[in-house]
Amino acid sequence: METKPVHFKNLSREESYGYDRKTLDYIRNAAAHGLYEIRGMGAKRKLPNFDDLVFLGASMSRYPLEGYREKCITKTLLGTRFAKKPIELDIPITVAGMSFGALSANVKEALGLAATEMGTSTTTGDGGMTPEERRSSKTLIYQCLPSRYGFNPDDVRKADAIEVVIGQGAKPGGGGMLLGQKVNPRVAKMRTLPEGVDQRSACRHPDWTGPDDLAIKIQELREITDWEKPIYVKVGATRTFNDVKLAVHSGADVVVVDGMQGGTAATQTCFIEHVGIPTLAAVRQAVDALEDLDMKGKVQLVVSGGIRTGADVAKALAMGADAVAIGQGVLVALGCNGETYFQNGGHHDAIADYNALGTTPGFCHHCHTGKCPVGITTQDAILEQRLSPAVGAKHLKNYLKTLNMELTTIARACGKQNVHHLEPEDLVALTIEAAAMAGVPLAGTSWIPGRGF
Amino acid sequence: MCGIVGLLVKTPALREKLGELMVPMLIGMTERGPDSAGLAVFGTPLAENERKISLYSGLTDDGADFNWLGLTHELKGHLGVSATVEPKGNHAILSFDIAPTVVKRWIKEHHPKLHILSTGRSIDLYKDIGTPAEVAARYGFAGLTGSHLVGHTRMATESAVTPDRAHPFTAGEDFCLVHNGSLSNPNGIRRMLEPRGITFETDNDTEAACRFLEWRLREGDDLETALQKGFEELDGFFTFLMGTPDKLALIRDPFACKPAVVAETDDYVAIASEFRSLAHLPGIKHANVFEPAPEEMYVWNA
Amino acid sequence: MERLTFDLAAQPLRELNTFLHTGAKEGKVGHVTVLNPDGAHNIAVGLDCPIEVDVVGHAGYYAGGMNKTATVTITGSAGTGVAENMMSGKVHVKGFASNGAGASAHGGLLVIEGDAGLRCGISLKGGNIVVGGSVGSFSAFMAQAGRMVICGDAGDALGDSLYEAVLYVKGKVKSLGADAQYEPMTEADVAAVASLLDQAGLEHDPKAFRRIASKRSLYHWNADANQEY
Repeated sequence: METKPVHFKNLSREESYGYDRKTLDYIRNAAAHGLYEIRGMGAKRKLPNFDDLVFLGASMSRYPLEGYREKCITKTLLGTRFAKKPIELDIPITVAGMSFGALSANVKEALGLAATEMGTSTTTGDGGMTPEERRSSKTLIYQCLPSRYGFNPDDVRKADAIEVVIGQGAKPGGGGMLLGQKVNPRVAKMRTLPEGVDQRSACRHPDWTGPDDLAIKIQELREITDWEKPIYVKVGATRTFNDVKLAVHSGADVVVVDGMQGGTAATQTCFIEHVGIPTLAAVRQAVDALEDLDMKGKVQLVVSGGIRTGADVAKALAMGADAVAIGQGVLVALGCNGETYFQNGGHHDAIADYNALGTTPGFCHHCHTGKCPVGITTQDAILEQRLSPAVGAKHLKNYLKTLNMELTTIARACGKQNVHHLEPEDLVALTIEAAAMAGVPLAGTSWIPGRGF
Repeated sequence: MCGIVGLLVKTPALREKLGELMVPMLIGMTERGPDSAGLAVFGTPLAENERKISLYSGLTDDGADFNWLGLTHELKGHLGVSATVEPKGNHAILSFDIAPTVVKRWIKEHHPKLHILSTGRSIDLYKDIGTPAEVAARYGFAGLTGSHLVGHTRMATESAVTPDRAHPFTAGEDFCLVHNGSLSNPNGIRRMLEPRGITFETDNDTEAACRFLEWRLREGDDLETALQKGFEELDGFFTFLMGTPDKLALIRDPFACKPAVVAETDDYVAIASEFRSLAHLPGIKHANVFEPAPEEMYVWNA
Repeated sequence: MERLTFDLAAQPLRELNTFLHTGAKEGKVGHVTVLNPDGAHNIAVGLDCPIEVDVVGHAGYYAGGMNKTATVTITGSAGTGVAENMMSGKVHVKGFASNGAGASAHGGLLVIEGDAGLRCGISLKGGNIVVGGSVGSFSAFMAQAGRMVICGDAGDALGDSLYEAVLYVKGKVKSLGADAQYEPMTEADVAAVASLLDQAGLEHDPKAFRRIASKRSLYHWNADANQEY
């Protein structure tokens, strides 16, 4: 009997760099829906970040400190320029502004509880101040955003500091966004919106534009609060050198700079990935601006946008920040992208709920849907029960504690008795881009691209 | 970001007090513009064949000790021109009766660090770094006389704080502009003008607007037409105040985010970014005080 | 009830505001006159008790900002953001108002007898605004709740991205903003306008006003609807 030859098909798999599968998906989606993609989380693309810097620990030329026995101070003071009552923190790690609306009330309470235990601050967001957050958080920064949702003088008086938001790293130049499924009755009432509408906040403040008018607005906030509370100014990182100088000229006590890796609960992907500069480059510019004005130490700098680890915190401080703010990392500590959630005394599998969203743990960015499988970025009455404030607070406290321990470990290794004594000369870069952006030499050389040898 | 002031006197008797009335206006804008200040004043024009240029020596090695008299002697020797000079420290007004391009070319060759602030028959221009009060005292603004002036206090947004980046900016002869706001396409405007032989001295966005408008005027547009083209081509937020020998002109972009207030009486027209700069003016309590509308041209004749 | 006078030519603004925040609250002073405001910014901001404040002259930015329960009268003109974020009470401007008048006000009544600049009532959140004159462009931009009565004309893009706020205009409207539309005046509308005009002390026939409200078509994204954003 004849045997027919068997032919094996060889599939050609030459992927295009420019038109890779991700891009093909993007075009197909656009063709199908006629609308841009909106998602949560910050920039996912590979960018120069703090991992590209390493510390020069002590050895022969410098002496390290012992852990435990030899103290390493982490106390941080923010807002010393004009305010009668500056913000006193036990650690230089704060919780970034995230709105009630983007997050559930339970989460806002968890953040407050953990922050209070760790002696640090939380920040309200585009939805205003909830009573739960004010009750649970010992130090609360109150954001004044372009939308002014829920903004009112009683909460201004209740706050410990006011943060005038010009932009955030995920979308510098853009306003907040909350899709209809998350505008439930409570959120709607707080934001003076009809229930269920797709909310797009304004991108400019309604009653001032430009640093010359911001100066008057900041004065208004000071006059209302009888000059007691620090006024922060927050910018998404773009022309950071100029922006920080202008923030100082406008009278800010504290400047908050949020790099492009900064998170969001709902933003157009094209905005997240293509507008704004990496945090690494922004910190350098911000510090240069303060030094140029001889305001380093007089106006404090808070850096955010992809701060994930204790090493990140240490590097941000070494580059000149006075403190950092963390958003995404905090949510991950609470369970974001985790496989399970904790409810009624036991762990429950959430994977099916991720799959229902078209994703799976570790890849989820679906905060905008309001169907967070672990109950964090949701307003759904059932889903929000998956995050209990007490349990969440415990996890967040552990995370913050770990970050702080890593920070002090590194600081001690560099011979510092105070984490604020970390300096840029303690760092070197592993890549040319990072060296250029951060303004520190390439490891093993004295070369800083753009600044000479 | 910045503060702008403008003043045009209608009654001839007030020409003597132009500077005196203006100094508190300028100082009132200090919080809006603490970095630098400047103004351009228009007075009785020189004869047709005469010209004057305002010069700044702050960037030269001698600075405020620049030998201005020596400069006139050099000019006499090299160009045969009898020039007169009115010095005030790092500033001087040089007057002569030959073509200004000849003198300016000579200055660029022999004193490249001497900065030419303005050219014309009517205009004198002063600008420097420092607070408005410091700059006003340095140049004796309170004693200035003339028919109208345009002034500015600066809070630098993108370009550096240097004397040449302060406002007003001039282009051509007897034209100047001050700006409150921030243009979003200054580089495109610059790249459009440079091939037409227009050279820029700074990277300041206001200079782009100034040279654009002067280019239109030079090409034969009347002021209104030039301003209309400005609305179409210039992008961003702006309140512009411009001076020519016989006019003061004001425009605001369609969003009108940057403030402007006008106070008009039978004796004067005063313009400022905020009312508090006008509060001291005589007769202000009965003045017609109004805000100029966006995208409209306001032109007052001196 | 005592009456007090503050002269801003002689006393710093901070003293006036601190007094209005603390000293006035004890209830002994019912009326404060502020002389020589001369365009100063932030006069009478953050008031929190039912006191009467008369500002004699022109006010700068944010006069009466974040007002709660107080009554602030400005005899001259007011700068940018008069009564911004007001929660309750009343602010009355006898002259004209600059840009952003009543921005983001949650409650209370803002009366402007003269014209108002651009963006009057921007981001309104429940307050009422009555303008005796005309309003500039982009007025009631993203106005979420509350009412605005305009006795004169309106500029371009009136009520752009309007939510649930309702506008009443007597004069000409240069153009309506995205999602704003004319609607017929009901008896309830006529009564509302009459009441607001009465509270403002202005005399106009309420039936001469047109009602403008949101089409509500921008509330949800719809790719097929050719929406700009």
